[in-house]
Amino acid sequence: MSASQQDRATRTPKIRIRGLCKSFGAKLVLDGVDLDVAPGTSMVVIGGSGSGKSVLLKCVLGLIEPDAGTIEIDGKNLLAMDRSDREATRAHIGMLFQNGALFDSLPVWENVAFGLLAQKLVTRDEAKDRAIGVLGQVGLAGSVGDLWPAELSGGMQKRVALARAIAAQPDILFFDEPTTGLDPIMGAVIDGLIVDCVKRLGSTAVAITHDMISAARIGDQAAMIHKGKIVWQGPAKSLMTSGNDMVDQFTHGRRDGPIQMELRK
Amino acid sequence: MTAALDLLATIGRFVLGACQATGQLTLFALAGLSHVVRPPFYPRAFGRAMLEIGYLSLPVVALTAVFTGMVLALQSSTGLSRFSADSAIASLVVLSVTRELGPVLGALMVAGRVGAAMAAEIGTMRVTDQIDALTTLQTNPMKYLVAPRLLAGLIALPLLVLVADILGVLGGFIIATLKLNFSAATYLNNTINFVQADDVISGLAKAAVFGFLISLMGCYHGYNSKGGAQGVGAATTAAVVTASVLILAFDYVLTELFFAR
Repeated sequence: MSASQQDRATRTPKIRIRGLCKSFGAKLVLDGVDLDVAPGTSMVVIGGSGSGKSVLLKCVLGLIEPDAGTIEIDGKNLLAMDRSDREATRAHIGMLFQNGALFDSLPVWENVAFGLLAQKLVTRDEAKDRAIGVLGQVGLAGSVGDLWPAELSGGMQKRVALARAIAAQPDILFFDEPTTGLDPIMGAVIDGLIVDCVKRLGSTAVAITHDMISAARIGDQAAMIHKGKIVWQGPAKSLMTSGNDMVDQFTHGRRDGPIQMELRK
Repeated sequence: MTAALDLLATIGRFVLGACQATGQLTLFALAGLSHVVRPPFYPRAFGRAMLEIGYLSLPVVALTAVFTGMVLALQSSTGLSRFSADSAIASLVVLSVTRELGPVLGALMVAGRVGAAMAAEIGTMRVTDQIDALTTLQTNPMKYLVAPRLLAGLIALPLLVLVADILGVLGGFIIATLKLNFSAATYLNNTINFVQADDVISGLAKAAVFGFLISLMGCYHGYNSKGGAQGVGAATTAAVVTASVLILAFDYVLTELFFAR
């Protein structure tokens, strides 16, 4: 690869979103979102409830079809691809759901190896060994593999869900509120695991969160979404001192400021 | 004039809503069926569904069939004895069980047991993001959750009804021989001589349709459930009620198709 090609490759964002719009009936949830995530970086998206964070992730994951805009992965527009190419591209994305979303009807090891088995990357015999290996990476003993999700604590469920998200070694990882519902120590443990996994895999990560401490721990870059638009983007370290009124109000949890909660009067 | 227009608008909204619901259900059924015949297949999911619908429903269907046969023999005895037609009890029991009561009562019991469980399981998966998680793990939820259940319903119900037919006749036999003083040989002879293959086959065909409807309603309402625990509860109720009503409606249609001359 020549120097100019290398330079272009490093400059092409891993994820580039332009003009993304989505409405549900009369409610406009995404109103022309523009966002770039550079390869190998962790982007944290913050924003109030109902600001469109989850819808943004679901659009990239293909769980919701956007009304307009483009979503590029490695410079290729996902929405212009045919179905099989789109599915192949999305096969390189791992997702950690807010509540874990583990499959109740399957033991832990099958949950972890589900994506590997679905993509036929391993045989069923190999899958259990792989799953136990990945469970080890998130600090869980191999014996946990034979338990059922209902037998695990909230923190363990989150770790299993993280193991499932990274099992196929995806290029891109999404985290939806990774520390919600966890005590501060377990939250720190999960954040640490996320950072370790992202670094080890060399993945690009996007996390949405309300937890400012978690945002500072996970993110290299941060963006704030409000009323379906990105209103600020910058280094995650400067979240608390951004100088942006909206970000300041949100990160400091102030009642008064440019963001007005829609309360029924 | 305004009142008449309001009434028309209400009727119109109802009709449009019904058409929309029917269309959505039909598209869901067609999508589910198309995945039954297109790979990848999930034999484990199919096996689990067969176990749930078929094997685990066996006790409730068996008990229903035995008691139905017993009641049928007893009731027909009180009615037929007035016309000295007691000898028709065996034929009445076998025809009623194979053509109607086996498939219909068996299906209604399975709708209550399996349809509700199916809607609750898939509904919970929907509201806890498990269905979205399937999609992110390169697994089509229609293929993994719906198609195996539709196929299992289609296959398991006829097998259950075959067992129900035998046990229903056995129930009638027990009452006829122990309470109504029939000779065992005469009762069995009457049963075997009167029943025809068409009677059994038509019942099994009905059972296949009913099994499909039970799975379809369970999957459809579960898959489209919204709004947490209350939504899952509503989906479960809707699955059982719609499956039960459709079983009775389709029973009439199929009876008309098979037996109307």
